[in-house]
Amino acid sequence: MAYGAAAAHDEHEHHPTGWKRWVYSTNHKDIGTMYIVLSMIAALVGGLMSWYIRLELADPGLQFIHDTQFYNVLVTAHGFIMVFFVVMPAMIGGFGNWFVPLMIGAPDMAFPRMNNISFWLTAAGFVLLILSALVGDGPGTGWTVYPPLSSIAYHPGPSVDFGILALHVAGAGSILGAINFIVTIFNMRAPGMTMHRMPLFVWSILVTAFLLLLALPVLAGALTMLLTDRNFGTHFYEVAGGGDPLLWQHLFWFFGHPEVYIIILPAFGIISQIVSTFSKKPIFGYLGMAYAMMAIGVVGFVVWAHHMFTTGIGVNTRAYFTVATLIIAVPTGIKIFSWLATMWGGSIDFKAPMLYAMGFIWLFVLGGVTGVVLANAGIDLSFHDTYYVVAHFHYVMAIAAIFAMFGAWYYWIGKMSGRQYPEGLAKLQFWVFFVGVNVLFFPQHFLGLAGMPRRIPDYPDVYAGWNMVSSIGAAITMVGTLMFFYVVFHTLMAGKKAAANPWGAGATTLEWTVPSPAPFHTHEEMPVIGGGGHAHGGHGQVKPAE
Amino acid sequence: MSIRDMIRRLQLSMPIVCAALIGFAGTAAAEGALGEARPWQMYYQDAFSPVMKEIHEFHALLLVIITGIVLLVLGILAYIIVRFNSRRNPVPSKTAHNTLLEVAWTIVPVIILVVIAIPSLKLLYNSGRTPAYDMTLKVTGHQWYWSYNYPDHGDITFDSIPIPEADLKPGQPRLLSVDNPVVVPVGATVQVLVNSDDVIHNWAVPSLGLKKDATPGRLNETWFRADVPGVFYGMCSELCGVNHYFMPIEVHALSKTDFDAWVTKAKEQFASNSRSPVNMATSGAIAAR
Ligand SMILES: [Cu+2]
Repeated sequence: MAYGAAAAHDEHEHHPTGWKRWVYSTNHKDIGTMYIVLSMIAALVGGLMSWYIRLELADPGLQFIHDTQFYNVLVTAHGFIMVFFVVMPAMIGGFGNWFVPLMIGAPDMAFPRMNNISFWLTAAGFVLLILSALVGDGPGTGWTVYPPLSSIAYHPGPSVDFGILALHVAGAGSILGAINFIVTIFNMRAPGMTMHRMPLFVWSILVTAFLLLLALPVLAGALTMLLTDRNFGTHFYEVAGGGDPLLWQHLFWFFGHPEVYIIILPAFGIISQIVSTFSKKPIFGYLGMAYAMMAIGVVGFVVWAHHMFTTGIGVNTRAYFTVATLIIAVPTGIKIFSWLATMWGGSIDFKAPMLYAMGFIWLFVLGGVTGVVLANAGIDLSFHDTYYVVAHFHYVMAIAAIFAMFGAWYYWIGKMSGRQYPEGLAKLQFWVFFVGVNVLFFPQHFLGLAGMPRRIPDYPDVYAGWNMVSSIGAAITMVGTLMFFYVVFHTLMAGKKAAANPWGAGATTLEWTVPSPAPFHTHEEMPVIGGGGHAHGGHGQVKPAE
Repeated sequence: MSIRDMIRRLQLSMPIVCAALIGFAGTAAAEGALGEARPWQMYYQDAFSPVMKEIHEFHALLLVIITGIVLLVLGILAYIIVRFNSRRNPVPSKTAHNTLLEVAWTIVPVIILVVIAIPSLKLLYNSGRTPAYDMTLKVTGHQWYWSYNYPDHGDITFDSIPIPEADLKPGQPRLLSVDNPVVVPVGATVQVLVNSDDVIHNWAVPSLGLKKDATPGRLNETWFRADVPGVFYGMCSELCGVNHYFMPIEVHALSKTDFDAWVTKAKEQFASNSRSPVNMATSGAIAAR
């Protein structure tokens, strides 16, 4: 290293400027920002699709969508976009990239160039997915892509192939990202940042990365077989050639069930950080929290066939999957009660991130208990493929994840942009969004109990009432979403300057020790982490008199 | 439909809402039971088969448990908001452990899950294992209609075509009515063999506790027994393409004499139909129970 390099380094952040800064970026913060921007764009696209769906469903009959294949395409694309291009990029690529290195005291991710390609593969996947909906008739298969409906006989044309390639490309990006996080977290922690002192958000990303690494290759294999079935005359899922459509379902859900934990585990991590910060208390039962996430990850791999209770799998198989699924309620219960115990005795500031964290707990408990109902194969036959399932997974996974993302955005935007969001407007945005999603999804439990199937553009007239209520909820949710985008705009344009630590004594993790906005390079000198006198009392705290 | 029509319809249905809310069981119409939801229905359709009755019982237990859990969490949250806000409680406690508490909230959920699992598995084995049956009904899914075959009644075979909105007669609900409904005798245990001709469908009748995938290459088995005479509606419950929303199931349960009369008539009416559209013998083994 040349003499004087360090001094020169301090004066200007030597990175390319203009478009090259972003396209060629190897900086974890810039890449994280790009992930968050991608997620916001995708959220607008996927959100508009869901509002169009609710518009059609507001009233019985086909009013707005006369081409029912197009309706099925909307349902499919909405699912894919929200799972693969909204939640995953924001939570893992966005907040994970931004804050894992900051929280563990690392200067960047372990493989900065691989980080770049991870992002661009995800972006390319998004483009391919949009194309899949635009070419030919679009994929009207649902995000589950069950053959034979997804086979060449019932979906001729290139749409499904585009969708397969979209998932392949985005999946490859996610696998590379997962490797990057695992290596970073295992090898680049600052001195003193032992595994048992890592902030829970870092734990959540670590467990998620392992789930990605193990689940996505299975999806990739299943997709490849579907691709060759469609284009090269193989018969993996073709009955006529000795294949079995159920093979796809087993492979898809072996990926698909861990996928829901890939979505919700980072949310657990975010909620833990927020609850601890605003209660001004260390997280209650830290080790239990970390190992509960690990348990959820492990058990999450052996419950997949609870999505297949009506496929004709044997009754003993169903008994096993019922019991295995019920067991997941135990570690998730530990999470809920530990958050409540963290708040108990706290001195809580109900700022916007904390409102979202408490909203998350409400949504997650409500969606969780209906999950306990659905786990039972015997009763699942009354709920399978009804709106009860739609209500369940939107509560427990989709909207809960969105709440964690909103919470994370409000929590960290000061650190990311150097500007603080407007508190009053943010709280108003929370309440509008909270009321909206509950009016939207709670009545869907009633529709499901009454027997209304999902994925239908028109329904028997008896279901009109609650569908109208649900669509009104969608309209309120839309207002809440637009308010959020206004808050984003307002914050970036006119937000007050954020302090290094805007949250005070409760914010103990390392990202609050660097200035706001976080400089281009951080932790160039290793921070040293102290234990605060207790084996795992002060997680990731900086040693006071350094 | 205009907004005004919509409002009028909402007003008309209000008495029904109230009736539903106070648990009015308005099902025994003159022609028999009706397996269909009512406007503003918030709960299950009424149960007309042993399996659906057991589902009702089990769900009643689950509903108590899950409501209790939600209320407990909500209560704790409310107490925290009131008691532990920064104004009321300016100095936070430093408690981050309580072994007894942590063991308790691990053990208590396990006990609750055992309470759930026992009736759950009982229901599963009762619904998942066909008892000694009186007759067999073969169901085949097609894009987008169902066809039925009665191997024990002279091999009656017919298609059950959805009735388009314009052709509905008074009293026939939209998206639920078919030209030729399935007919079964009341009180008979019916073995149902479900298969598909093309993509995956799902043969489902909520009020009879029926839902089974119709998968090409698999012969899936389920069973039901209609306890009362009546009409029971269902819809295809697995996404199967553009008309998935319009692939209804209509089951009529008739008294033994009425059923026998129907069989005689049906044998003539459907005499020209070939054997069951899918050759069940070659389309795969019966799925393991
Ligand atoms: Cu169908």
